Amino acid sequence: MSTYAQEAFDNLTETVGQAQVDNPKMRTENVDVFYGDKQAIHNVSLDIGNNEVIAMIGPSGCGKSTFLRCLNRMNDTIPSCEVTGKMTLDGEDLYGADLDPVLLRARVGMVFQKPNPFAKSIYDNVAYGPRIHGLSANRAELDDIVVDSLKKAGLFEEVKDRLDAPGTSLSGGQQQRLCIARSIAVSPEVILMDEPCSALDPIATARIEELIDELRQNFAIAIVTHSMQQAARVSQRTAYFHLGKLVEVSDTNTVFTNPQHELTENYITGRFG
Amino acid sequence: MSNPTDRTETTALVRQSLQKRYAAEKRFRAYGIIAILASLGFLVILLASIIAKGTPAFTQTFVKLDVQLDAETLGISDSPSVDELRGANFNGVIRQTLRDQFPDVDGRKEKRDLYQLISTGAEYRLFDRVEADRSLIGTTLSLWVPADDELGAVIKNGDDLTRPDDIVTRMSDAQIGWAKQLQDKGQLEVRFNSTFFENGDSREPELAGIRAALAGSAFTLLITFCLSFPVAVAAAIYLEEFAPVNRWTDIVEVNINNLAAVPSIVYGLLGLAVFINFMHLPRSAPIVGGIVLSLMTLPTIIISSRAALKAVPPSIREAARGLGASDLQVVTHHVLPLAMPGILTGTIIGLAQALGETAPLLMIGMVAFIVDIPQTVTDAATVLPVQVYLWADSPERAFVEKTSAAIMVLLAFLVAMNAVAVLLRKHFERRW
Repeated sequence: MSTYAQEAFDNLTETVGQAQVDNPKMRTENVDVFYGDKQAIHNVSLDIGNNEVIAMIGPSGCGKSTFLRCLNRMNDTIPSCEVTGKMTLDGEDLYGADLDPVLLRARVGMVFQKPNPFAKSIYDNVAYGPRIHGLSANRAELDDIVVDSLKKAGLFEEVKDRLDAPGTSLSGGQQQRLCIARSIAVSPEVILMDEPCSALDPIATARIEELIDELRQNFAIAIVTHSMQQAARVSQRTAYFHLGKLVEVSDTNTVFTNPQHELTENYITGRFG
Repeated sequence: MSNPTDRTETTALVRQSLQKRYAAEKRFRAYGIIAILASLGFLVILLASIIAKGTPAFTQTFVKLDVQLDAETLGISDSPSVDELRGANFNGVIRQTLRDQFPDVDGRKEKRDLYQLISTGAEYRLFDRVEADRSLIGTTLSLWVPADDELGAVIKNGDDLTRPDDIVTRMSDAQIGWAKQLQDKGQLEVRFNSTFFENGDSREPELAGIRAALAGSAFTLLITFCLSFPVAVAAAIYLEEFAPVNRWTDIVEVNINNLAAVPSIVYGLLGLAVFINFMHLPRSAPIVGGIVLSLMTLPTIIISSRAALKAVPPSIREAARGLGASDLQVVTHHVLPLAMPGILTGTIIGLAQALGETAPLLMIGMVAFIVDIPQTVTDAATVLPVQVYLWADSPERAFVEKTSAAIMVLLAFLVAMNAVAVLLRKHFERRW
């Protein structure tokens, strides 16, 4: 970054654009995240709206994944990680004393960068969530949930004859769709996706992007992506992070055609990455 | 920029060094192969010598006797009770049979020598047969009884009884002559030695068996497994998944690693001081042996279980957590099944160590002379390695082969345990 841009970064105190929406599904205000002494997220406030896809873009190490993992308290598992600020889901404080993180994760699902199916059959992979949360009364209902989730994830046609095959026997794209089906099976309200297509080939990526568009009708989706083109394709709002600060957030069109902040413009035009 | 002449020089130098490098590689590979062959060679020599020495123990020489079960000689009534039978003079009847077969033998010493050809345990065989079938009293019973261990050894060795001077034995020439007569009449036979697997220890080599030690080992190992496996796996799970990372857990970890290196006899002293003297548990019982050995095996299983748990990729845990599984569910549903093969390997290594341990068990008294087969975990017992040690100390020739045979049984036990472990590992690994 040039010294001029460094100055612009240091001077950044306010997020440009519209961080807040009406009737948000999840709201975050003044969030700071520390890994030991190092501060990874500086004062970020961002809303995630109902039935929308919000993409988080930015160069490597800018804190997108860290911020995403705060939303379902996955950072609890890292001992040195400290999170301050206010985060709510439908108005309930995420870090409040009466919110069980296990329950939170049933409402806010996550799909990871590298597909990680369990070492069980395809059926058991998808059925695991409903089983532990007691979402089905009997085997027939469980079957319905599994088939429904696989259909929604666009995987059912390919695996309907081999639901007992191990989850790891599928191809990379299929495994990722299996992970998505697994998350959907728990009927979450929000799905967080951490670079879900970065380990996949273009055809598998295209299918998953179609899928995200379909899922939008039922869930709120926050997707972290390294690819600006992907953000432009799938999202309605885009948030640009830079070294732990939220620089600009706006509807996708505006961010990519008419960015307000110069850092955003520099990133989008490829001056750095 | 190097000019063409430099280039060719470099190539020449590299070519030279290549020769040296390939030669060094060949040498290294040769060392590796020599090392493997040497170890295999030692293993083969060890196994061959044990098997060669031990196989004769699985056969035993029997003598056929036609015994006249005369109620008067036996000293019992026509329909005797069990107690009466126990007091009957079966020995006398056997001796009578021998005297009838060799009528020329007289003089007390000579007759004693004759009787010595038959094992002292023969009368118990007779007792068993008569007790099972009282109608045999008053008839002549044809029965195979074990020969005395000296005669037995000579026959199994295949020595030629017509050349008594060539045979190395404690038997006198006269005894060899009588044995030859028995042999000519087809009254000597070598058969499978089931006594070895049916009896406990004995002063008489031909009657000594391994059953007591086998039962003792089985009970002790069972207790060891039942105590150490759950405790060790639970400790490993706690230390690996749930314990906070601070000074105390570091101290615990260092101590566990140290305990794995403590000489086993120290655990024996602990067993003697605490379990026997303080808690008054029965001495020489498998339960005490089991507790002592499980203390010894705990560190081994904990260390290997932790390694197995660490090896499970964190992505699996994250996926499970992301679905809303609690910490315990993550461990029991996902991490533990995937870590099972490693945990089982550590367990088998620990149990195999425990199976071969002698020193700690000596301290708690499992070195006794055990004749009766232990029925419960609180009966006095001994274990296979101790039995090997006791028999190795005895001078009779028959005990030499029995020692090697006991070692073979011990090795077979180990192989069986390993086979179980391999099967269990395959079963769990299939799921991947």
